[in-house]
Amino acid sequence: MRVTVRLFARLRDIAGATELTREIAAGATIRSVWQQLAGEYPELGPYERSISSAVNADYARMDQVLREGDEVAFLPPVSGGDDDQRRTR
Amino acid sequence: MPLLAIGPAPLELNALVAELGEQDGAAGAIVTFLGLVRRHNVGRRVRYLEYEAFEPLALKAFARIAGEMQERWPGARLALHHRVGRLETGEASVAIAVATAHRGEAYAGCRYAIERVKQIAPIWKREFFDGGDVWIEGATADPEDARARAEAERVACA
Repeated sequence: MRVTVRLFARLRDIAGATELTREIAAGATIRSVWQQLAGEYPELGPYERSISSAVNADYARMDQVLREGDEVAFLPPVSGGDDDQRRTR
Repeated sequence: MPLLAIGPAPLELNALVAELGEQDGAAGAIVTFLGLVRRHNVGRRVRYLEYEAFEPLALKAFARIAGEMQERWPGARLALHHRVGRLETGEASVAIAVATAHRGEAYAGCRYAIERVKQIAPIWKREFFDGGDVWIEGATADPEDARARAEAERVACA
C-alpha cells in the first residue's frame, strides 16, 4: 500500500523533497517508513532519536501501524517561539 | 482573526487583546508577550530568520496549550499568533495575550504558553547570519511528555 511522507526543515533539505510517496507492506509502522528513508538518505540516520512523527496531522508514536493513504510527517526538534538556548548543526 | 493563528502576516498585539474580547469586566488582567528576532545570537550577527511550520498540527498544538492552561488556571483565555516566512531582525515572531481574573495567573499563563510553544509546536527557524545559515533545533516535540509540561509549569510559576 501507499503512503505520503512529509518532511520539514533540515529533514526536507537532506532528502531534497517536501513530500514523497512510498510503498509499504501491510502492517508497517511509522518506524519502518523512517528506517526505509534513513536507508535512502543516510544523513537522516542521526535524527532517529530526536524526531517526532505525525499521521494525518496528529502527533503519533513511532510504533503506530499505518493505513493505505496515510500522510506521515517526520519532524526534527522544534524551535518556534523566540530565542533559544540550545542549538545544533 | 481567530484566537489561535499561524501565518505570514505581521503580528499585532493590540489585535490579540481585542480578540480576547474582555470588555464585559469578567477578566481582571491581560498579560501580553511579544517574541522578537534578535540581531545577535551566540556571537553571530543575524541577518534574518526564516520560520517554517506544519501549520495544521501547529494550530492543534496551540489548542492543546489552551486546554492545558484551562486545567491549570481555570477560566484563563489564550490568544496566540505565530508568524512564518522571512522575518527581519526586530520583527515579532510570536504574540501572546492571556486574560484571567487576577494578574498572577495571567503572568504565569503567558509564560507557560511560550514555554509550551517552544516544546511542542511544530515550528522551525533557520538563521541566516553573516557567513552562513543554520537550522536551529531545540526540543524533540512530544505533547505527552509529562516532564516537559511540568518544567514549563515550574518556569511559569517561578
